[in-house]
Amino acid sequence: MIGWTTWDPWRELDALRREVERVFEDYRIGAPRTRAGFLPGLMARAYPLLNMSEDKDNVYVEALAPGLNPDTIEVSVLHDTLRIAGEKTPITAEIKPESFHRNERGAGRFVRTMTLPTEVDGDKVKAEYKNGLLLLTLPKHEKAKPKQIAVQVA
Amino acid sequence: MKESTVPQKADKQVPETREETRTRTLTPLVDIFETSEGLAVVADLPGVEKDGVSVGVENSVLTIKGAPKSAQPGDVLAREYELRPFFRQFELSDAVDQEKIRAEMKYGVLTIHLPKLKEQQPKKIAVTVAS
Repeated sequence: MIGWTTWDPWRELDALRREVERVFEDYRIGAPRTRAGFLPGLMARAYPLLNMSEDKDNVYVEALAPGLNPDTIEVSVLHDTLRIAGEKTPITAEIKPESFHRNERGAGRFVRTMTLPTEVDGDKVKAEYKNGLLLLTLPKHEKAKPKQIAVQVA
Repeated sequence: MKESTVPQKADKQVPETREETRTRTLTPLVDIFETSEGLAVVADLPGVEKDGVSVGVENSVLTIKGAPKSAQPGDVLAREYELRPFFRQFELSDAVDQEKIRAEMKYGVLTIHLPKLKEQQPKKIAVTVAS
């Protein structure tokens, strides 16, 4: 019989899981962060990084994606799921690997999907790519807009 | 090419130190590579317009600065990044012709061309075969 004082691998694993979760708490989407958004590890995990905001009629998503080929950017919306795909263009193909002094900027294809807080009207989504920032304006679906309900006094 | 992002204060050679601590800056990611004429520096400066970028050379230190602007309206729901002023410095070698440095900006990517002085550029030497 296993008592509390004996070694229980499941309990150990659970403690480890909680510890790991605590460490990565700051990395969760939506967690308050004051840190700069250019950590290579983060970029490998989710690219592009997104900022999301809303007002009464729209949801706005801004993606940090410098140096994209504008022709490759694909944005699609299904109900409340947003998908952004594209390709960051390599500088030029003819640069030999040995002529690099530094190579910090990545390049290549990416896809990112994210769930929006409300259902949006996919037909009226506007996307603008300016100075390396992709700004999406996603009008909220009529069903998702809040309705004012008049309170009657009996 | 040597990087001098945090220059020492005592060093009189350094023209410009880091900006004040209140506005913390971001370090842009760069690619530096050799080209046929010299060197090229490519830096990611997302959100920076052509007017918001400044590239300067003083005492052989190349300084890249950029002020990003975001036009995102509404109340914040989620933030994965924060746009702050960009700042990065590199020490140039003497081989770079500082008069001929030129830069261009496209889709938030800054490209700086640093041509080498004529006498520093590689010369092709024709090899004749003695018979």
